Amino acid sequence: MSTRAVHVVSREVPPEFQLRMAVAVGVVFVAFALVGLRLWYLQVERGTQMRVFADQNRIRLVRVPAARGVVYDRHGEILVDNRPSFDVVFVPEDARERRRQVLKTLAGYLGDEETALHQAMRAPGKERERFQGVVLRRDVDWQGVVALETHQLDLPGVSLQVAPKRYYPFGPLAAHLLGYVGEVSKGELAGGDGDGYVPGDLVGKAGLEKAFDADLRGKAGGQQVEVDALGRRVRVLEEVSDLPGGTLTLTLDRDLQEAADRALGEADGAIVALDPRTGELLAMVSHPSFDPNVFARGIRGAEWHALVEDRKHPLNNRAVQGVFPPGSTFKVAVAAGALEEGAVTPFTGVTCTGGIPFGHHFFHCWKKGGHGAVNLHKAIVESCDVFFYQAGRRLGVDGIAEYAHRLGLGLPTGIALPHEQSGTIPDTAWKRRRFDQPWFEGETLSVAIGQGYVTVTPLQMANLAATIANGGTRRRPFYVKRAVGAEGRVLEVEPEVLGEAHLKKSTLAQVREGMRDVVMTEGGTGKKARVPGVVVAGKTGTSQVVKMGEDRARANRGAEVMRDHAWFIAYAPLDAPEIAIACIIEHAGGGGGAFAAPVVQQVLAHYFDRNQGPMPPTQQANAVRPPTDHAL
Amino acid sequence: MRFDRRLITHFEWLLPLLALAVSGLGAMTVYSATHAPGTRGLSPLALRQLLWLAAGCLAMLAALVFDYHRLERSAFVIYLLVLLAVLAVPAFGRMGGGSRRWIPLGPVSIQPSEFMKLGLVLVLARHFARTYERGLGLRAAIVPMLATAVPAAAILAQPDLGTVAILGIVSLTMLMLGGIRLRWFVLLGVVVAVAAPLGWPHLKVYQQKRILTFLHPEMDPLGAGYHVLQSKIAVGSGMTWGKGFLRGTQNHLNFLPEQHTDFIFSVFAEEWGFVGALVLIALYVALVLRGIVIATRARDRFGVLLVLGLTATVFWQAVINVGMTTGLLPVVGIPLPFFSYGGSSLLCLLVGVGLTMNVSMRRYFF
Repeated sequence: MSTRAVHVVSREVPPEFQLRMAVAVGVVFVAFALVGLRLWYLQVERGTQMRVFADQNRIRLVRVPAARGVVYDRHGEILVDNRPSFDVVFVPEDARERRRQVLKTLAGYLGDEETALHQAMRAPGKERERFQGVVLRRDVDWQGVVALETHQLDLPGVSLQVAPKRYYPFGPLAAHLLGYVGEVSKGELAGGDGDGYVPGDLVGKAGLEKAFDADLRGKAGGQQVEVDALGRRVRVLEEVSDLPGGTLTLTLDRDLQEAADRALGEADGAIVALDPRTGELLAMVSHPSFDPNVFARGIRGAEWHALVEDRKHPLNNRAVQGVFPPGSTFKVAVAAGALEEGAVTPFTGVTCTGGIPFGHHFFHCWKKGGHGAVNLHKAIVESCDVFFYQAGRRLGVDGIAEYAHRLGLGLPTGIALPHEQSGTIPDTAWKRRRFDQPWFEGETLSVAIGQGYVTVTPLQMANLAATIANGGTRRRPFYVKRAVGAEGRVLEVEPEVLGEAHLKKSTLAQVREGMRDVVMTEGGTGKKARVPGVVVAGKTGTSQVVKMGEDRARANRGAEVMRDHAWFIAYAPLDAPEIAIACIIEHAGGGGGAFAAPVVQQVLAHYFDRNQGPMPPTQQANAVRPPTDHAL
Repeated sequence: MRFDRRLITHFEWLLPLLALAVSGLGAMTVYSATHAPGTRGLSPLALRQLLWLAAGCLAMLAALVFDYHRLERSAFVIYLLVLLAVLAVPAFGRMGGGSRRWIPLGPVSIQPSEFMKLGLVLVLARHFARTYERGLGLRAAIVPMLATAVPAAAILAQPDLGTVAILGIVSLTMLMLGGIRLRWFVLLGVVVAVAAPLGWPHLKVYQQKRILTFLHPEMDPLGAGYHVLQSKIAVGSGMTWGKGFLRGTQNHLNFLPEQHTDFIFSVFAEEWGFVGALVLIALYVALVLRGIVIATRARDRFGVLLVLGLTATVFWQAVINVGMTTGLLPVVGIPLPFFSYGGSSLLCLLVGVGLTMNVSMRRYFF
């Protein structure tokens, strides 16, 4: 034991050292007491609150948007479906101070403009709750998915979310009727339409998607997801399953729709086909069309501007939003009114020499040389304007308006589509209201041949044809036959009668026979609409876009926007009508007989060719042929 | 050397038991902090920590078999060797986490700055043991301050503000307990108050940011204040009874920074709650008080000051670390003694325990 080198110190510690040791012990106690108090404060006093903070850190409520309902055509073919889409969701809080950098990196992987992502961030961002994700891009392709998955570490706060995406297997076919979806807007959120929606949700913006949004949308589910500090999903804690939207079965016939679409071809215009017995919509075409799938994946700014600024307004559904002068197709209404009111009889004769003077104007008939002796039947068949100038004058504009209204013109048809137009059926009261002017009789002449102030929509004209076809009952056109909710509730839609035209049997018979012979006789203006084995009734129309006197030929050679619209309305078969149809070809540059009748012919031919067969032709129809038929 | 039976009768049991209890809890918490969910068995870091613990126990035993007075003679040599190692870090050191602190030695890395804590205590204990008779004026404080400042400057350059802070505060503690007159502490306070604004521009930006963040923690909850905030949430959300072992969400979902090193206390407090945290704090209190008791019973000034210095090292690191993880003190990189992951630190601390036991066992030898 070696103690030599030790500095031997007395065991007595100096008083000064003792004091300092006491202080040291005091410091130890005070320091640990402070720490203990701090722990008590954090863990006991504020523990509950801190636990909430910790849970907010790690638990995200993720909305699981419900799949919107599937839409079938009348034969069970899928018209609107859903398919999975990989959406890029960004939670800015998880990126913390690296937000801008993350967006920049992300833009690189997606091949997007960085500014586009910033815009997507801002759009719905203001009402966003903390830690709520923003959908930056929908429907990323698989290369994008791979890029994001492999670079997750560079992209804190970015995740991929699989969400159902709207899919329209037939693209532009019936796009106007089906409509499209888009992110819910602030206005929609504020208004009643936004019930149950949160920013970023998809909502129906047009057509059926909008009109039946409540049936289609279902109820979003939710997940409680645990995430780590980088916002990456660790596990699902709890889940409330979503309720998918209800399925709709339409009255629309996809096959016929396709035939009509094909028949219209590249032309601008619309075709509407109804079942006159019920008001079921069989086809509704509007050209030019668009592809609603573009909206489903999230339309880009440039694409949207191109659609909105297109002079031809491809987003407009011409069938219900397009208003056009009906031209001679309007004569059906005038003829019915004139007969009903006794302004003309089947035997009233008028001599057409190619026009009549009235006031300071000369009102032309479309046929330069005139039709010679004309009765009502021939006036319908050959579409003599002079006869209808006279008939119109005798009926008066208010009389014309009365019957036009009874046949559904000038009023919305009541179809469940947004922004339906009513068109215009002028009368004296309307003129006073609108222009504060009295009615001039000369204007009645224009109205009598469906020009002047008269405007209609293609759907109204199809419904008019249906009303004539079914004996005078005006029905509400509808296109959803059955709605089945996710919980199994089935709603069958019943046809609805909106009003009766109150036309005498004889009046109807006269008008129908005239329409039949428009198609079925050699002299008829609509003979190009003939379908083998079926008796078709129809009426042609040519509506002038610009007044150029009698020189229609010059107008129709001129600029496209100045050319005439071609109309054709029809129903068939004559004695047991199954289909009523209206077709307009915008700026066709010629008459309805030449341009619209062949289009309708194709649709009808397809319809009757495919359906088990038409009614047998037309002994009874021949029997009721009026005696004056070829007499004048 | 004759074997003395008193070495057995005076064997210090309590201190190593306390140290091993804390180390055991520490290794367990390192396991929790580095455990990947869904995997079985020890994480590599937890295994390393256990191996270091075993090595530390051997070192602890090695530190008590010889008479500690030999250390008094070799204290300066040991200090110089450690200082050399510290100075060698810039040349041979390995980068990690933005600073250069480690020297690779075969399969392991050594952190010389941890050994400097031990070296400094040794050299200061020797200094004050010898200067006692010559009076404790300002001149007696010059050597300790130099002995602190040289390694401190080198370590500050690594950069490792936390270790520098510990060296400084332990050195101050020893100046105080060594008996330097109080008026000089007042003077020192004035000097520091003047020097701090001058030194401010020389701190790294992140160091400045941490101090600013401590002063205004809510200033930037997603930026620099994030660590403190998340640590406070982790501690607080443990509530009274804790979330349970391996169930700390702040820990396992990586909201906590530096889970297995500087912020390991938050992991423990989250999983074991206020009750667990108090038990751990009580263990530290017992460790420190036991150290003080051993010091006051020591036979000579060198033994007293050696044990007080070692105890002060444990005390300050524990208090500052817990204070920092609970938002009482600014975030500086100071490990929780015996608890945080880190081989050099654990080894040095266990050697310190061994030396304290050494002093305790030889208190009646004359």
